[in-house]
Amino acid sequence: MAYLDHAATTPMLDEALAAYVATAREVGNASSLHATGRRARRRVEESRERVAAVLGARPSEVIFTGGGTESDNLAVKGVFWARRAARPDRVRVVSSAVEHHAVLDAVDWLADHEGAEVSWLPTDAAGKLDPALLRAELSAHADRVAVVTAMWANNEVGTVQPVAELAAVAAEHGVPFHTDAVQAVGQVPVDFAASGVSALTVTGHKLGGPTGVGALLLARDVAATPLLHGGGQERDVRSGTLDTAGIVAFAVAVETAVKGQQEYAARVAALRDDLVRRVREAVPEVVFNGDPDDRLPGNAHFSFPGCEGDALLLLLDAQGIACSTGSACSAGVAQPSHVLLAMGADHDRARSSLRFTLGHTSTPADVDALIAALPTAVDRARRAAALRTPR
Amino acid sequence: MKVLAAMSGGVDSAVAAARAVDAGHDVTGVHLALSRNPQTFRTGARGCCTLEDSRDARRAADVIGIPFYVWDMAERFHADVVDDFVAEYAAGRTPNPCLRCNEKIKFAAVLDRAVALGFDAVVTGHHARLGPDGLLRRSVDLAKDQSYVLAVLTRAQLDRAVFPLGDATKAEVRAEAARRDLAVAEKPDSHDICFIADGDTRGFLAGRLGETPGKVVDASTGAVVGSHTGAYAYTVGQRRGLHLDRPAPDGRPRYVLSITPKTNTVTVGPAEALEVSLVRATRPVWTGGDLPDTPIGCEVQLRAHGDVVPATVRVDGDGLTAELRRPVRGVAAGQAVVAYRPDPAGDVVLGSATITG
Repeated sequence: MAYLDHAATTPMLDEALAAYVATAREVGNASSLHATGRRARRRVEESRERVAAVLGARPSEVIFTGGGTESDNLAVKGVFWARRAARPDRVRVVSSAVEHHAVLDAVDWLADHEGAEVSWLPTDAAGKLDPALLRAELSAHADRVAVVTAMWANNEVGTVQPVAELAAVAAEHGVPFHTDAVQAVGQVPVDFAASGVSALTVTGHKLGGPTGVGALLLARDVAATPLLHGGGQERDVRSGTLDTAGIVAFAVAVETAVKGQQEYAARVAALRDDLVRRVREAVPEVVFNGDPDDRLPGNAHFSFPGCEGDALLLLLDAQGIACSTGSACSAGVAQPSHVLLAMGADHDRARSSLRFTLGHTSTPADVDALIAALPTAVDRARRAAALRTPR
Repeated sequence: MKVLAAMSGGVDSAVAAARAVDAGHDVTGVHLALSRNPQTFRTGARGCCTLEDSRDARRAADVIGIPFYVWDMAERFHADVVDDFVAEYAAGRTPNPCLRCNEKIKFAAVLDRAVALGFDAVVTGHHARLGPDGLLRRSVDLAKDQSYVLAVLTRAQLDRAVFPLGDATKAEVRAEAARRDLAVAEKPDSHDICFIADGDTRGFLAGRLGETPGKVVDASTGAVVGSHTGAYAYTVGQRRGLHLDRPAPDGRPRYVLSITPKTNTVTVGPAEALEVSLVRATRPVWTGGDLPDTPIGCEVQLRAHGDVVPATVRVDGDGLTAELRRPVRGVAAGQAVVAYRPDPAGDVVLGSATITG
């Protein structure tokens, strides 16, 4: 079994799992006033401080959520609503064409249901955004823009965006800037304050924490209208009983991943470079997608000309190799990746793509297994794809 | 063998996949997405090809413990089955889309892709027997027998087909599904045509072909006895829904005798005028032995779940004729004539052809 899909989810770190189990054995609602509640609250607040400390934020800027999708929705919709409430003509959302669906669909929802105007920033062929295009957009429309949202690093092709430059442009125009850093934290250096962003999404299960817990880092001068109403937890922005065990394990994972980031990135990038080199040797026609330099250390993304990604996935799966086509499903049917299309790929190239992502448990044996299985899989997938040629 | 199990989300294909695993095959489950827009296909209890069916199939695959994928076959399905269905009706014939789907999709597009990917065969939940002798036989459950819609398969297609359910009745399949903890054990059977959401074939055709008003003519007198909004919506042998202006002089019911697309005319007449003793057909497929060079006595079936009649069948190049020992009513062009050899071990499919008249 070679697990090459760490960008989908990565195994929990032993220390995070141990922290989870130990805390989950304890009773306690962090909102309760008695001793048991106080103990739970202490664990939550210590965790908040740990997360804030390693990510360059103040503890009061950390809002615990149910994960990346919730954090993205809270940032995009919540900041849109709050900014529009303050000034009704702020109805514009600026985003990028390569966002994760948690941002993409939240923005689309605002357009469909809240009358938002949307400006989608294009990328270059490597999937990278150009701060000059954001400057042009904001020079023309800054008064009407409620929020700018652009991811730190792309989940499919691994391209790392010039987030600090983008955030600086937004700051020049006084517009809040949110970034989805789900794929970035623990992989590349991420510092909330230094980056200049107003809001940042992070989630547990991409960096060795549990699934279903994450955070939105939200600058204190940025308001967000809540998605969830109830007990008023988390600065009244995110109601709901706090998941003490999840939050403790999340904080342990964030701290471990961020503190070990440099060493991790060097090791995993070397393994990834080896994978890329050997895939190119095995299948010389492959196209390597994404930015070759500004890139997540564990990400390798290819198009295999003449193949369909879903056929390759099936064949590699049968050989015990887990990878991803990176594309979303619409009604159970794989659609060509919007990221590849935004990068200028045609449908055939988009459909021929496969993502291999390495992580903290990856070994050279995983790469060996992939290289052993790949040539036969590509051969067969090519024969299958040839059948689709119009009769 | 490495086999691909086509899983519709129904009970039959789920049990078929499980039986293939028990038989020692290396099984991968695949659900075929056939609709361009799953929401337009039938939903609910009578469902087919919906998102719910896809999830049912996936859940069954998980319980059985096999890999599962969805294959998008919508484009091929529309070209080879739906468009063909509409074109056949427009030409005054009555197609059988299930048969076409087996011929062009399950045992062609899907099988070819499976073979290219390294699979040896396709497994389906059809109720028919296909043993080591390579002969296709009726299911033990005659009420559920699907050999008729499989009879169009060629030798090469049958050689790569596996039908694990032929020796089980539907009741046994359901009981087995329950024993295997498959949630689809009690799922109602699908009926009718999967791509016609509400079961309204006439409305579906009207939407595709438009309304073209024409005459309904009495065969014996030539008198115009009614009108219609499109001759394509009628089937030979049809009695209901003719909306004739006046009764026949003898007061007896009238039936559709023929459809003439060229003049957009529907011709009606008495039941006995429907009787046919000689059936002509085209594109014969023969899998029950060598292609016969002399006339052979056998039984023929002229539509799905239709009666079986003794006949003498001749195959001549691209044509096939069946002389029926007793006349049959309501033989529609576009349906298949399937020749069977009676056999105590299950009647054997000899061959089939598409009825032209």
